Amino acid sequence: MEEALLFILIIMLAGALYALYAKDLLSAVVSYGIVGFALVIAFLLLQAPDLAIVQVVVETISLVIMISVLIISTREDLQETPVAKIKGASYIQFRHMMYVAAALVITGLFLYFFVASTAMLPAFGEHQTRMATEYVQHGAEKTGAINLVTGIVFDFRGYDTLGEATVLFTAVIGVLAMLRLVGKKEEL
Amino acid sequence: MNGMSLIVKKITQLMAGIIFLYGVYVMLHGHLTPGGGFAGGTIVAGSFILLIVANGIRVFGLHREEQLSSAVESIAILVFLLLATAGLLTGAMWFFQNYMPHGTPGNLVSAGLIPVYNLVVGTEVAAALLTIFLGFVIYKAED
Repeated sequence: MEEALLFILIIMLAGALYALYAKDLLSAVVSYGIVGFALVIAFLLLQAPDLAIVQVVVETISLVIMISVLIISTREDLQETPVAKIKGASYIQFRHMMYVAAALVITGLFLYFFVASTAMLPAFGEHQTRMATEYVQHGAEKTGAINLVTGIVFDFRGYDTLGEATVLFTAVIGVLAMLRLVGKKEEL
Repeated sequence: MNGMSLIVKKITQLMAGIIFLYGVYVMLHGHLTPGGGFAGGTIVAGSFILLIVANGIRVFGLHREEQLSSAVESIAILVFLLLATAGLLTGAMWFFQNYMPHGTPGNLVSAGLIPVYNLVVGTEVAAALLTIFLGFVIYKAED
């Protein structure tokens, strides 16, 4: 199963990288969709149907919204900004090398701390958390919900769900405020 | 955007109601089967978005629709908050106290407040996604 997850991870990385370097925005959005739908398969392999359902519908709706916004707002492709050639080629090459060196140093730093911190984690597939064991063993009788995930999300972890709903509410307010629909024009 | 062909419009009209009902089913059975408020709400929003995309943006009174969905969204999150706060008034007096009787696990009406939370959160998610979509669509239509 880890091989399948690794394969899906490689596909997701390829989709994300293509989204970064795509020439026009539409193909970038479509290849971004690869990441989301590969994540659905990963959730199904890890036996999390609740997350998979949410991910597949949210991914579809967000792709529809992004593509419709893209189509109705702009048709211009990404333009490569030409590199300034005023100060000579050697200066630009030096700056480029500095960028690469900084990226390598930071990557090495992150890799070191990543390895150091993953050594302390339990092995893949083993969980040693006391709270989770309590939830799994007594969650159904305490909440009365057969679907444990919903029981945890809406009972034990109610605060988190309230936070998620508030985030969505804030996002809607932000979109409406940025578009300034109210007071812009009355008739339609 | 004047909508798609007649075939697409008719099929969409036939399918949208079924998709809506499936979303409500996923919401109501959140405590029994995989799914819940977030997934069901997104499916319900998807049925509305499907109708709008297929029929074109000039058919509906989108301004009124957008105000209505925005109001529904605000009311739904307010109800969610009030239901959670009502736990302070009863019994053990803590936030998100599940104070309704639990019933027998496995029935549709069981698990106390959890189906109510599912329904409210589903309404909130559906109205929120629909409001965002309508916001962009109206923004284009007013240009």
